Amino acid sequence: MGAEMVPVEHVLVLAGLLFVIGLFGLMLRRNIIFMLMALEVMLNSAALAFIAAGARWGQPDGQVIFMFILAIAAAEVSVGLGLVLQMRRQLQSLDMNDAVRLRG
Amino acid sequence: MEILLTAVPMLPLASAAMLLLYGRHMGKSLVTGLGVGSIGLAALTVLALAVQWQDATGPVTVMLWQWFSVGNFSVDLALRLDQLSLIWLCTITGIGFLIHLYSSEYMGGDDNYSRYFAYLNLFVAAMLLLVLGDSMLLLFLGWEGVGLCSYLLIGFWYRDSANGAAARKAFIVTRAGDAAMALGLFLLVAEFNTLNIQEIVLAASASWAAGEPLATLACALIFTGAVGKSAQLPLQTWLPDAMAGPTPVSALIHAATMVTAGIYLVARLNGLFVLAPDVLFAIAAVGVATALMAACAALAQHDIKRILAYSTISQLGYMFLALGVQAWDAGVFHMMTHAFFKALLFLAAGAVIECLHHEQDIRKMGGLRTHLPVPFWSFLIGSAALAALPATAGFASKDLILLRAWEVTGSGIWLWSVAAIAAMITALYSFKLVFVVFFGELKTEATHQPGWRMALPLMLLCVLSIVGGWISLPLAEVLPLAANHPAHGTIAIVSAAIPIVGVALAYFIFLGGQLNVTGLTESSTGRWTAQYWLQGWGMDRLYDRLLVQPYASLAQWWRGEPMDRVVALIMGSAVTIHEQLSASQSGRLGRYVAVLSAGLIVMLTLMLLRATP
Amino acid sequence: MSLLIVLLLAGGLVAWLSERFGEEMPARVSVATLLLTGAALWPLATEVLTTGPDVDGWLAYESRTWIPRFGIQFILAMDGMSLLLVGLTLLLGIVAVIASWTEIKARRGFFQANLLWTLAGTVGVFLAMDLFLFFLFWEVMLVPMYLLIAIWGHEARAPAATKFFIFTQASGLLMLLGILTTAVAYANQTGEWSFAYMDWLQSPLTGELANWVFWGFVLAFLVKLPAFPVHSWLPDAHTQAPTAGSVILAGVLLKTGAYGLLRFGVALFPENAKEWSSLLLIVGVVGILYGAVLAYGQRDFKRLVAYSSISHMGFILLGVFAWNGLSWSGAVLQMVAHGLSTAALFMIAGALQERLHTRALADMGGLWKAMPRMGAMAMFFVIASVGLPGLGNFIAEFLVLAGLWQSSPVLCAFAAIGLVTGAVYALWMLQQAFHGPLGEQHVGLQDFNTRDMTALGLLAIGLLGLGLYPQPALDLIAPSLDALAIKVGG
Repeated sequence: MGAEMVPVEHVLVLAGLLFVIGLFGLMLRRNIIFMLMALEVMLNSAALAFIAAGARWGQPDGQVIFMFILAIAAAEVSVGLGLVLQMRRQLQSLDMNDAVRLRG
Repeated sequence: MEILLTAVPMLPLASAAMLLLYGRHMGKSLVTGLGVGSIGLAALTVLALAVQWQDATGPVTVMLWQWFSVGNFSVDLALRLDQLSLIWLCTITGIGFLIHLYSSEYMGGDDNYSRYFAYLNLFVAAMLLLVLGDSMLLLFLGWEGVGLCSYLLIGFWYRDSANGAAARKAFIVTRAGDAAMALGLFLLVAEFNTLNIQEIVLAASASWAAGEPLATLACALIFTGAVGKSAQLPLQTWLPDAMAGPTPVSALIHAATMVTAGIYLVARLNGLFVLAPDVLFAIAAVGVATALMAACAALAQHDIKRILAYSTISQLGYMFLALGVQAWDAGVFHMMTHAFFKALLFLAAGAVIECLHHEQDIRKMGGLRTHLPVPFWSFLIGSAALAALPATAGFASKDLILLRAWEVTGSGIWLWSVAAIAAMITALYSFKLVFVVFFGELKTEATHQPGWRMALPLMLLCVLSIVGGWISLPLAEVLPLAANHPAHGTIAIVSAAIPIVGVALAYFIFLGGQLNVTGLTESSTGRWTAQYWLQGWGMDRLYDRLLVQPYASLAQWWRGEPMDRVVALIMGSAVTIHEQLSASQSGRLGRYVAVLSAGLIVMLTLMLLRATP
Repeated sequence: MSLLIVLLLAGGLVAWLSERFGEEMPARVSVATLLLTGAALWPLATEVLTTGPDVDGWLAYESRTWIPRFGIQFILAMDGMSLLLVGLTLLLGIVAVIASWTEIKARRGFFQANLLWTLAGTVGVFLAMDLFLFFLFWEVMLVPMYLLIAIWGHEARAPAATKFFIFTQASGLLMLLGILTTAVAYANQTGEWSFAYMDWLQSPLTGELANWVFWGFVLAFLVKLPAFPVHSWLPDAHTQAPTAGSVILAGVLLKTGAYGLLRFGVALFPENAKEWSSLLLIVGVVGILYGAVLAYGQRDFKRLVAYSSISHMGFILLGVFAWNGLSWSGAVLQMVAHGLSTAALFMIAGALQERLHTRALADMGGLWKAMPRMGAMAMFFVIASVGLPGLGNFIAEFLVLAGLWQSSPVLCAFAAIGLVTGAVYALWMLQQAFHGPLGEQHVGLQDFNTRDMTALGLLAIGLLGLGLYPQPALDLIAPSLDALAIKVGG
């Protein structure tokens, strides 16, 4: 509401950049920990966009969704880390390319 | 009279049914009694009918039951007796009885004695239904019935595969004709909505003018059926092979049943055929061509039965010639006399073959005149009748045909000339047979003499082959007969002299030796011709190349079911697609994500593009 | 009428359970069930002779609401045509049980259960006049048949059963699509849901949509018939199926396709059927000749008979689409006559396999000498299938072709070639199996016993009856066909 407010477009561009960074991280990284982190970055970029949109329209929905995403991210990371432990134990590796058993 | 008429076909039919069902458990004498007795009774019944006929005023019809009726189209199972069918009845049951009697001795030692008589009775029954049928469909039932029985009897000795082949050939070749005839029937149904013969002829002459295309088509189709059954060009190839069956069967096929069915069909439908002059001319042409061709082929044969088979084809050609030139009575007359002497010849040939331990090659026969007197005299009389020497039954009928052919305006001279040449060749080969088999030096010893059951039919047929020519057939009511014929001077004498020339030639060549033809027969052309004629003018080979082999190779080629290739194609493409798709599932998450996002981008772009006009 | 179907379904269950009471028990239960069902049919049949059909042409009619939300009803109705075909089904059912008597040695109870359930489905198909119910029975018929082939079949049963299932199921789904489309269109048109045949007759589908729906139906029926070029499941299924399966498959199941064409294909879509009739006639002629050529090329007895079925079913297709009373009567008669003659031939084929442990014609020959009864029976039924006058197949083919001549003489001429080629393969089969010299290994084979002869004798009498006095059968189906003719202008 003040002049010192960051324009919503800047935030969206930042969110987009974060999303693309996360996406490329997911695509190019082979270590599962880094892939999980990239996923987190993507989730957070989406959350950021929600916050910005919520602030722009003065609606609480954006923050509600942000809380929701936080919860999802927490759940996802806990499952993900569980998988990481299992993978570490069974394959002695954290490289995703060693876990291509799903290949058709 | 109605009951007698019904009994005629029913007697052999019932006997055949009993023999088929229980024959294997019956004693031999019982089988003989049933098999021969039923035909004998039928013959007596026919005799009774013929005697009563004098007083009868018109055709007798017995309605058995309505066969079927669909909408307003219905077919009756009804028997109809008129003079034309009466003549056939007499021939079928009379000759048939003699052949059955003869068979009871000839086939006495066969394992399948009862099956043989069952088929033989069925054969006669089918032929009787053929000539008694009041509708074309009952006629067709008998028509197919004789086809079936000929198949069963030609292949009677089934253990030899060659007999089976001959039997199948007979059935299939005649069935080709039958299919055409069936088409003719469909045409008649479509046009007149009936298959009753009388109604068809009436309706046809009422609604069709002579030369009407439909009439021509109908007659041509029906005539094709006759061509098949009566072994005329170009469907004659089955008959010589049909000799694979027991000899009495050949006699039955050639004399009393089967091959004369075509003659009956055309004579019966004369009212229809006169509406198609083109077809009539074709009948005459086919007849005369067959007569000549088969006579030549007969000259080149070595097998005694094949000579007779070709002679039948040739004689049937004469009958068709007669029908084609509208000498209906002459055709029917020749059918009857031919039945006498051809049955005689076949039965005599059977006696010779049996007494010589199933030797059929005439080159291994000779000098049997004194050893087998009964067959010799039978053969002599039969051949004289076949050659149409004056004072035999064959002369009376064949001479009539030649003269009637001469009377035809325009083409008469050609028809007569070809028929006359064929007649000379007929005399030549028939006496060649007599001279080679019964004169000269003895080559194969005869082991025994025919018994009375074989000799008696031979003697009776000898008598018939001579006096048969004096029978006058009461045909005036059923066939349109030309009233008066111009007197023939020279041509009558020439016609009568032709067979005598032929016999003389045969004597000089085969017995006297005054005429030496080795130069001719040993020349390359002579040999080639003889070989060609021996194989029946190469027609078998032609059909083999044109139809049989292509059909067999087509079946061979398609055996694996070409349509399964299409199914396999669908199946194969499913497998291919499966492989492609499953290969894309690499398990590498990075790629999945890349593809996923690429897909998303494409979809979003498309949506944006559609949203902005 | 629902009693007929319930009896068959329950009989199947009882037969399954009866296995523990003895080896022959299931087969006995099956025969008893079929006889009982026949007895239940009897009052209906006699009613025809006394009272005749009601105003709509039905001899019997029953309906119950089933799923009212979509207007789906449980309607069974019987006219002369259905009565004839149900009778055929029961008769061939008995023959099939007899054929399986000694052949089936494993899981007899379940076998008889499947047999009876297939028959129940078939009877249902012939009676159902609600299209939803019809489709249900169509499937009921299919699944037990699949099991019959897949469990008790011969060496290559699995692919054959799968092929059979996929062909019929895929085409059946097209029909289901057609049924649903028509139902929706009907609902749009009238504002009410209904799957009832009689309702659909009142307001037929029109336009482009009708064309698609017509083909959905027709494809399902053509596959079942089977017509060229969708026939290739049949030789495999027949060859691999146990004898009883082949008997039922050839004798009855194929007829459901023919019945469907006449009852639904033509009656519900007369315009489209007429429009496509020349194409379908050509398909029929091609099928006749193609089947005949392939039959001649076969080396396996059962495959040969299977191809002969394809050839003969071509005549039915011709009969249906030649579009007149003669040919329709012929087509229905052909269903019955072909059912009887082919069932008998498959029974003989099965008996040969049981005795010789081979179906290869090359391993046979001269068997007449060893088994004269079987030889005579084979001869009789071969002659029947060749179409000799005096036997049922002749009347049927004659009527079909006579009708066809009136719509297309040229096609009729081509179809008549089938009369010749039919003789070629049939006699060739007879020659290879029963004529010629007898192999030494075949001396002393057991001939047919009285039970087999009774079954075949029944079929033979049926064929003779149809051939010499087909009028009762023709009278039975005449009202149905007349009604059809009035409906579609035959």
